[in-house]
Amino acid sequence: MPNKSPATEMYQTSGAIFGRAVVYAILIIAAIYFLIPLFVMIITSIKTMSDIRTGQLISWPREVTLDAWKEAWATACIGVKCEGIKGYFWNSVRMVVPSVIISTIMGAANGYVLSMWRFRGSDTFFSCLLLGCFIPFQVILLPMASTLGRLGIAQSVSGLILVHIVYGLAFTTLFFRNFYVTIPDDLVKAAKIDGAGFFRIFWKIILPVSTPIFVVAIIWQMTQIWNDFLFGVAFSGGDSQPVTVAINNLVNTSTGVKKYNVDMAAAIIAGLPTLIVYIVAGKYFLRGLTAGAVKG
Amino acid sequence: MSSLTISDVKKKFGSVEVLKGISLSIESGEFLVLVGPSGCGKSTLLNLIAGLEGITSGEIKIGDRVVNHVRPKNRDIAMVFQSYALYPNMNVRQNIAFGLETRKVPKPQIQETIQHVANMLQIQELLDRKPSQLSGGQRQRVAMGRALARDPAIFLFDEPLSNLDAKLRVEMRTEIKLLHKRINSTIVYVTHDQIEAMTLADRIAIMKDGVIQQFDTPQAVYDNPSNLFVAGFIGSPSMNFIPCQITQQNTQKGVSLDTGSESPYFLPIEQTGMKLDSWIDREVILGIRPEKISHYFAEQEANHNIHEIKSVVEVLEPTGPDTLVFVHINGKEVTCRVNPNYVKFPGESMNLMIDMSNALLFNPDTGERIEK
Repeated sequence: MPNKSPATEMYQTSGAIFGRAVVYAILIIAAIYFLIPLFVMIITSIKTMSDIRTGQLISWPREVTLDAWKEAWATACIGVKCEGIKGYFWNSVRMVVPSVIISTIMGAANGYVLSMWRFRGSDTFFSCLLLGCFIPFQVILLPMASTLGRLGIAQSVSGLILVHIVYGLAFTTLFFRNFYVTIPDDLVKAAKIDGAGFFRIFWKIILPVSTPIFVVAIIWQMTQIWNDFLFGVAFSGGDSQPVTVAINNLVNTSTGVKKYNVDMAAAIIAGLPTLIVYIVAGKYFLRGLTAGAVKG
Repeated sequence: MSSLTISDVKKKFGSVEVLKGISLSIESGEFLVLVGPSGCGKSTLLNLIAGLEGITSGEIKIGDRVVNHVRPKNRDIAMVFQSYALYPNMNVRQNIAFGLETRKVPKPQIQETIQHVANMLQIQELLDRKPSQLSGGQRQRVAMGRALARDPAIFLFDEPLSNLDAKLRVEMRTEIKLLHKRINSTIVYVTHDQIEAMTLADRIAIMKDGVIQQFDTPQAVYDNPSNLFVAGFIGSPSMNFIPCQITQQNTQKGVSLDTGSESPYFLPIEQTGMKLDSWIDREVILGIRPEKISHYFAEQEANHNIHEIKSVVEVLEPTGPDTLVFVHINGKEVTCRVNPNYVKFPGESMNLMIDMSNALLFNPDTGERIEK
């Protein structure tokens, strides 16, 4: 703030401090509001059952124990089986990894074609694909169920992988296409004149500059697929259920006492992978989402 | 190195005809500049030569080979882009090598070529840098280096200097010209800057609305523009266009100019061969370059092509070596290029001399030159 007299500067400064204090207060309150449920989950998960029964919802545990976590992971009863959520957790991993990788790579290839190798009707094609982003999960349940049945992969992890790839393609294509349209056409023209073909240009020139959008697509897909419940509950059965469905079943399994600490521990375990991805790659996510919006 | 022949090339995007039958040819080693305002089709024509767009009809020959359906990579061309189009993930060395590697040139030979090109363009110390670490001028050099490395039959330049600042642009212009002299290659160069076109070209093709208006050497384009568009486009400050009437006094035909002084001046037009009989008493447009209207010098009185007129100065624009003086003739603002020492102030009356030896006449309806 150059060219201000000391008096106005003083006034502005105290005003600015007050304004800033208000902003921080609001932010802190909002943060607390969002963090309290997590806090309750965490402290409940390390309490003993007697502690929970006698104590208050927001009170420190009298005795800290990880028994509930162990039980949730390995011995809690889901339905009739008492093997914890670990099997389902690995189901989720086996489902998420291939579907994220495949849908992201296919999205990148789609985006590359739709932005740099336009063909007659490619814009129409892209618009149709975009519709996929707006189709609610519920709409495709029945047709997808019959498709999976005919393909012979119903009630299996492979079936879920296929569903997530197909459903995710619309989003990943949108991400990559919008990122690639910001890359100057001249780059591809130069490479064509240099003698490079479709794949060499993609591999040598386009992919190396795509890191930000890969991060976005991967985080997006990973969160969507890991957190999905509806497809999981509809298209998987018994042993192939993902962890989200398992938690539901864990909580709904009525064998005597409700073990809140085990439920909480299981829920945290189920939420951890996405949480970690956000913490590790969150800043790239924001960067990638705004890439192209601002030059540079 | 190769000649280039373009015959009746047309290009349509949907129903829009962008190029309406372009024909031109240059010899091997010639420097052709395509110049024109935005949207005239010059970049499209370059893309057609490069093979980045398909042609709708016509024929393009590089050397003796028709390349209409040849892919860009097999046309033996190299191109320098306005945005430089350097591969951002590769360093300068890899950028230059990319085209050679794609063509499976042996490694030692690639290294040799890189060194050779780097020496020629003085970019040795930049070889290990990424494009993002280079200045505009350096990127420009690297882009040229990448083209040079390929040693193609034809170089294509697409407004390569437009992104540089004014001073650097003039330097690089000279450098491109020197480079052309040195490697003596065939070059097609697109620009919207008529000064670049004039300074660089062996031949200029001036385009407008998908049609070549004139295709000739720079001097011929300047001295003998074929229509009003070319006359106004080439030259800075632009040629003056003064609407006037052809009249006959005694045996002489000429134009009458009203400068706001007592009576209109009659300026004879003496050019040989100009058939003006059918134009007597009709409106024409007189085209005269600013440098042909100067301050009064007595020693020029005897020259029968030079005529004295008097007019009121309205605005002055000093450029340094010359001052541009604006006056009104026949109701039109006219620019005169005057030695600063002889300039009168705005509002004052000034004696000017018009050199009619290179005066041009245009048909006001068609814009075409009136000649022979």
